[in-house]
Amino acid sequence: MYFLAAEGGGSEHNPIIPAWQEIVVGGIAFILLCVVLMKFVFPRMEQTFQARVDAIEGGIKRAEAAQAEANQLLEQYRAQLAEARTDAAKIRDDARADAEGIRQDILAKAREESDRIIAAGKEQLAAERATIVRELRTEVGTIAVDLASKIVGESLADEARRKGTVDRFLSGLESTGAR
Amino acid sequence: MFGQANVLAQGQAEFPPSVGDFYLPSILPWGAENSYWFTKITAMVWIAVGILIIFFLVSYRKPQLVPTKRQWYAESIYGFVRNNIAVDMIGHTGVRFAPYFTTLFCFILLTNFFAILPFFQISPNSHIAFPAFLAVISYVLFNYIGIRHHGFAKYVKNSLIPPAPWYILPLLIPIEFFSTFLVRPFSLAVRLFANMFAGHMLLLVFTLGGFAMLSANVWLAPVSVLSWVMTIALTFLEFLVIVLQAYVFTVLTASYVQGALADEH
Repeated sequence: MYFLAAEGGGSEHNPIIPAWQEIVVGGIAFILLCVVLMKFVFPRMEQTFQARVDAIEGGIKRAEAAQAEANQLLEQYRAQLAEARTDAAKIRDDARADAEGIRQDILAKAREESDRIIAAGKEQLAAERATIVRELRTEVGTIAVDLASKIVGESLADEARRKGTVDRFLSGLESTGAR
Repeated sequence: MFGQANVLAQGQAEFPPSVGDFYLPSILPWGAENSYWFTKITAMVWIAVGILIIFFLVSYRKPQLVPTKRQWYAESIYGFVRNNIAVDMIGHTGVRFAPYFTTLFCFILLTNFFAILPFFQISPNSHIAFPAFLAVISYVLFNYIGIRHHGFAKYVKNSLIPPAPWYILPLLIPIEFFSTFLVRPFSLAVRLFANMFAGHMLLLVFTLGGFAMLSANVWLAPVSVLSWVMTIALTFLEFLVIVLQAYVFTVLTASYVQGALADEH
């Protein structure tokens, strides 16, 4: 092969046979490159990729957690709101019931009071009436006796007679009035 | 590094170009013919390594969750090799090989790219020493991975004995041995080397050919111009080859690793 190349190329160089010096130089240079890049650069790139993945996935996870918490809070608030509504409704009902009770009480008291006032008025009226009737009866008796004395001309002041006559008259009056 | 330019300027370049054009005089000691320690080629390798180290270290000095533009570039390169080569070829276990594949890819891509970069204009990979070294690393890597994963006996059995009827095995086992353990490093190295070698040779032919025709006969000047236009066109082709070969080398290494890790043939 060396012979062929030497003949064909017309020079002492053979492109197929590597120069060992170049292998050494190329080897050292390439290994240096490998060491530096594979130790200091590409692992850090993998770390960065990983960190990026973590950042994205962590962000999603955080967002999910926040969402869950928000949902939970929402549920809680809803529950509280519902509870508050029932409370309010209960309070309203209670208040309404109370108000009704109070109204009934007041009405009952007022009725009682009015009954009492009416009863007292009636009593008073009856008493006054009785007094007036009694006074009238005396007066009518006196007047009637006086009139009769004047008409008859004699004194009817006889105690026993007078009393019986007048009472009889008045009873007759009352019985016709009642009829 | 400027030896080539001098040679062109002084009109000393001979046509047709030969293998000797790939072996430039040494830089240190200056002008020595057969000294390889410090030549334009080795200098370019060091420059490539320096550029890559500085680029990655600077752009990844302070990695942030929300990347800066430079950090994003660096991550894109790594992400490309990681997802489109390592993970695609090997699966999720391939992630642990992604750093090496990325280093390999970047190194080959940049050293290849010197083939069309003004003032560099030759790729170190047109000297077989560098592709050979990379191929040896790939070879050792996939064999080591396979032996560590399966144990020596099972790995050799997996690699050599395909699921075929027994009577065809005497034919298949030597072929498998030949292709897996003998040819692979050579095909890797030679594919890259030959592509870069041929690319440089093509560009030399069309560039120097233009000068040769011009100096032979002034009336050939239009053809010289055509030749140089071809050089420009071929430079674009060369760019395609550069990227493709870097990709192919990395993908094949990944494929060999995947084959070594595979449970069955």
